[in-house]
Amino acid sequence: MPTVQRLKLFLPLLLFVGLALFLYRGLSLDPKALPSALVDQPLPDFSLPALSDGRSLTRSDVTGEVSLFNVWATWCISCRVEHPYLQQLADLGVPIFGVNYKDENEAARQWLTDLGNPYRANIVDAAGSLGLDLGVYGAPETYFVDARGIIRYRHIGVIDERVWSSRLQPIYEELRAEAMP
Amino acid sequence: MTRLTLLLLFSLWSLDGAAVIETYEFSTPDLERRYQALSAELRCPKCQNQNIADSNAPISQDLRRLLHEQLEAGASDEEILEFMVARYGEFVRYRPEFSRATAILWLAPAVLLLLAVGVIVLLMRGRRKVAEAALTAEDEATLEKLLAQEPDRT
Repeated sequence: MPTVQRLKLFLPLLLFVGLALFLYRGLSLDPKALPSALVDQPLPDFSLPALSDGRSLTRSDVTGEVSLFNVWATWCISCRVEHPYLQQLADLGVPIFGVNYKDENEAARQWLTDLGNPYRANIVDAAGSLGLDLGVYGAPETYFVDARGIIRYRHIGVIDERVWSSRLQPIYEELRAEAMP
Repeated sequence: MTRLTLLLLFSLWSLDGAAVIETYEFSTPDLERRYQALSAELRCPKCQNQNIADSNAPISQDLRRLLHEQLEAGASDEEILEFMVARYGEFVRYRPEFSRATAILWLAPAVLLLLAVGVIVLLMRGRRKVAEAALTAEDEATLEKLLAQEPDRT
């Protein structure tokens, strides 16, 4: 049997190895990590009441410095898991705004009284309209907004120590550095 | 008799009624047709492998309500799709716009089909060559001999 002919016999093996590598890579990909359509877009305009006193908040009230917009609700179990870490971040001076997504005001206020309030302010999005404009499809989600009010990153799911120090903190620091004059 | 009537009545009652999600009133049948088409094409961002017509996730309910509102407000199909894509990305469409990111989705089936046809053609050609080359006069003689032996084995 000529050498070329013989090498051809390895073709199925090569195909198999290629396919196996391809599928193996797929195992470690997260299908829920959708790229946000709003990255590099300005934070959408809104005019919604604040949770604390009901006064109207707009886009310009909550932009101007690098900050996190955390979408949360009292019906969201993961938000409860995430809450203590948000509190830690807030204590370190990270500005966090809350978007209280499709929730009841009374329950939300009670939550903040019981568990602590890491938020600079909370935007009441009872109908989910701001959530819709942000492309929110669940909670918790956290948007990183830069000093010019542009959304730069979206994190889906809980923020904890591990995610923050490995992935999110570098992004936050970079945005901060950008904002320095 | 009453028992039988009751039994028949109960057999007519089905749980399917509970599965209906919500119904919308449309001012024209055409709007309803477009609603059905769009809600079948829009993908639920939360549940990934369902369209918003099939999914009962809160986000799908919201998107269906929005779809109904926009259709009644006179938005065109393109405007609605654009609105959705601006918020949820191309992901939200089951037939995404052709672009560099989606090229592989659109082209892969055609490429694979071509490959398959190519492989089949190659295989067929190889087989025909074998068939043509197979029977020389010598082979015929051997075959004859072998066939002659056959009755012994029955």
